[in-house]
Amino acid sequence: MNWALANRDLLVELTWQHVWVSAVCILLGFALALPVGWFAYAANRSPRRPMRQLSGGVLSIGSILYTIPSLPLLVILPSLLGLPWLSVLSIVIALTVYAFAIMVRSVADALRSVPPMVLDSATACGYSRTQRALTVTLPLAGPVMLASLRVVSVSTVSLLSIGALTGVRNLGSLFTNGYNRDFTTEIATGIVLTVIVALVFDAIIVASGRLLMPWSRVVRAGGGE
Amino acid sequence: MSLINDTVAWLTDSAQWSGGSGIPWRVAQHLGYTTITVLAASVVAVPLGLYVGHTGRWKNTAVLVTGALRALPTLGLITLIVLLTSVGLTPAIIALAVLCIPPLLAGIYSGLEAVDPATVDAARAQGMTETQVITRVELPLALPLIIGGLRSAVLQVIATATVAAFIGVGGLGRYIIDGLAVRDTPRVLGGAIIVVVLALLIDALFAVGQRLAFRHASPADSHPQLKEKTA
Repeated sequence: MNWALANRDLLVELTWQHVWVSAVCILLGFALALPVGWFAYAANRSPRRPMRQLSGGVLSIGSILYTIPSLPLLVILPSLLGLPWLSVLSIVIALTVYAFAIMVRSVADALRSVPPMVLDSATACGYSRTQRALTVTLPLAGPVMLASLRVVSVSTVSLLSIGALTGVRNLGSLFTNGYNRDFTTEIATGIVLTVIVALVFDAIIVASGRLLMPWSRVVRAGGGE
Repeated sequence: MSLINDTVAWLTDSAQWSGGSGIPWRVAQHLGYTTITVLAASVVAVPLGLYVGHTGRWKNTAVLVTGALRALPTLGLITLIVLLTSVGLTPAIIALAVLCIPPLLAGIYSGLEAVDPATVDAARAQGMTETQVITRVELPLALPLIIGGLRSAVLQVIATATVAAFIGVGGLGRYIIDGLAVRDTPRVLGGAIIVVVLALLIDALFAVGQRLAFRHASPADSHPQLKEKTA
């Protein structure tokens, strides 16, 4: 506790780094997964076989990307993109790839979970395709997407600390530094702060879900996955 | 593109393919750590998962604890456990095993939970004991989901064992951590590529295993004629 108080400035700086980088990755991953997942869902309903195969292909690429271990991806990306090792950009890209990889399948699953009868009723009521997508499909699929956004958020916050191994500054720096100095307090502080960041993010996601989708109790994350 | 040439040169250098820091030995070490870790985690996860999945008790606690364990940063947990105990392989394996419990446990209890209660009741009505219900009915039907849990557990250990090289254990992570320390880019990239290839290969093996288990668990879904009759 004394150590944490004495090093307040450092902890605030590292926590801030951790917060903004993981927030950017989570939001970017979701922003990319939504249209791609929607495309996979729509292509899967297409009467044309190549479109359905394309849909399966998009989803498989997602799961293959997720299979790539984090540290190797983190060191391969800068070389592929010609970035320096220490660049924050490469960890942002790596974690965005993971967030996208988890989200893309669950966006497609969430859209598929909307009962076809409801969609047909909307069409029968005279909704245009765009109206139906925005005011029927999206709101009904929302809670399932939110549940997987929570999973993405927790894993992004905890994965980001790996970046400390390539020298990117965030709460993970407390682990590498604490280990090198044989100082457990520093590591424990880092773990506690990481978990707090994850909890705060989770609370924000749940709260915004309640605000945006008051008609549905938030679907619980975890469980079956 | 000299970086690619250098990496290919590193990967194909015959010095890299023999001895105590050679690629075959590092791959064997990596797979060895993974096996020991998954076995150690199974000692906890299998009985616990069977209990929770079979009885349905403590389910909320299990969900909560596995969720909380996932939030713990890998690197933090590994460095903390090693500093609190001793530097060496055993503490590292313990840390890796702790992180490996959630996916294993989730696969087992959600697999058992997904078995149709009517099937379980029918097994009991036929006079099966609880042990028989678990081993002959629930486990075979839950197998695809259990293998799914094992698949994510194994892949996670392959990834975290790479990170564990930071605290001095062997395995493929050595190339990355040591290479980073001396800015030897071809070694870092070569090591990273081997880990990625290994992970993708093992994932593909599990995908095949899962498909076989699924066919075994629900033959109706893989035989259209049978499906028509039951539906």
